Amino acid sequence: MKFHSPTSFAEAVVLAQNSEGVLRYLAGGTDVLVQMRAGIVTPDELIDLKKIPGVFDITRTAEGGWTIGVGVSGAQLGAHAELCADWPGVVDGMELVGSTQVQGRATLVGNLCNGSPAADSVPGMVAAGATVSITGPEGDRILAIEDIPAGPGRTNLTKGEMITAINLPPRGENGGDCYLRFIPRTEMDIAVVGCAVNLRLDGDTITEARVSLGAVAPTVLLVQDAADAIIGTTLDDEAVANLMAAASAACNPISDKRGTIEFRTDVAGVLAKRAAKFAYARAKGEVIKGTHL
Amino acid sequence: MSKIHVQTIVNRDPVEFLADPRETLLDCLRDHLGLTGSKEGCGTGDCGACSVTVDGTLISSCLMLGVEAGGKSIETIEGMAQGEDLHPLQRKFIEHAAFQCGYCTPGILVAAKNLLEKNPSPTETEVRYWLAGNLCRCTGYDKIIRAVMDAAEEMRGAA
Repeated sequence: MKFHSPTSFAEAVVLAQNSEGVLRYLAGGTDVLVQMRAGIVTPDELIDLKKIPGVFDITRTAEGGWTIGVGVSGAQLGAHAELCADWPGVVDGMELVGSTQVQGRATLVGNLCNGSPAADSVPGMVAAGATVSITGPEGDRILAIEDIPAGPGRTNLTKGEMITAINLPPRGENGGDCYLRFIPRTEMDIAVVGCAVNLRLDGDTITEARVSLGAVAPTVLLVQDAADAIIGTTLDDEAVANLMAAASAACNPISDKRGTIEFRTDVAGVLAKRAAKFAYARAKGEVIKGTHL
Repeated sequence: MSKIHVQTIVNRDPVEFLADPRETLLDCLRDHLGLTGSKEGCGTGDCGACSVTVDGTLISSCLMLGVEAGGKSIETIEGMAQGEDLHPLQRKFIEHAAFQCGYCTPGILVAAKNLLEKNPSPTETEVRYWLAGNLCRCTGYDKIIRAVMDAAEEMRGAA
């Protein structure tokens, strides 16, 4: 295995373009090293992206959004008070990944590119309307988070392409988000279902919403019908019932040892209701910390 | 397979070794530096027996490559006692009988020390969540949690 540690993305692109055999990028490594250990993936070339300047930065953009480097760990996200205040659902999702030790290394971009339908950090980013900056042999482009996963373990990035940063939009006024997941224990498990809701209020009325579901389809879903069910409402009982129905209707899950199709479909609606209520409360200015604690 | 020369700091001492790029930091600590206190339980980041800190951040050393360690500052269980003087956590683990086979103990001590450096007054719930990634198949955890809470109290008194 060849090990590269380029000091610029331009250099990394050339290395990736000229690579032969199996290539993996190394950010936090909490998936890649496990896959290497298990023999699932045996890279011929490994490109460590953490020697590139800026990859550990969390930066406020001129518009008031955030740019998050590809090396930023969950621990770093959780320690960033301003980012936590703006996007608690995004940070909570990342902080649900693995143990304290895993948090010390695991990254948002890695969680995204690992391509798991159950990736805990991804629904929060999708609901937030986050994008990724990509560089590659053909130049730079920006894609929505939901357009990155192509299926379990696969992404829509082409050969030589890599993500250079995650972009979160400005939080703006009267907004709130939340990510919740169901697992049969309290910690250290993989989502049976995950749901993120991000919304904005005008008074008591929801004016914008995005709803995302994880672990109920081959990729994380952005569910427009679920958002439409609550936009223009005050999250009254009828709107909540419509939201739950729309979330469940969007599910296309598998049955496995963690949950059946019927269970996942039902729980998706329940989590959508709860996440919407937390997001609504946050948009009203309530501080709700660590929805898993 | 060409090996890579790595210079780093372990327990405040500069060290160097030649690493195959496939070797984990845990492999390098144990096999190249003779620091066998960090254990391999699972090799996949699930058990926490290989916990170390890198630049003050708690990680599983089985989930980091040795070649990534260059220029970092690593703390392992071997750096915890000061000569013959045990760290308060180590003493409290003995007092509370917070281990039986001892295989998980180095990782738990490193993880607990890192917690108390960041949060000298954790609640029991915070200790339990922080140590959720450190598996112990002997103790049932209660004695470990009591030892950490007791050590935290003593360290607050001494501070």
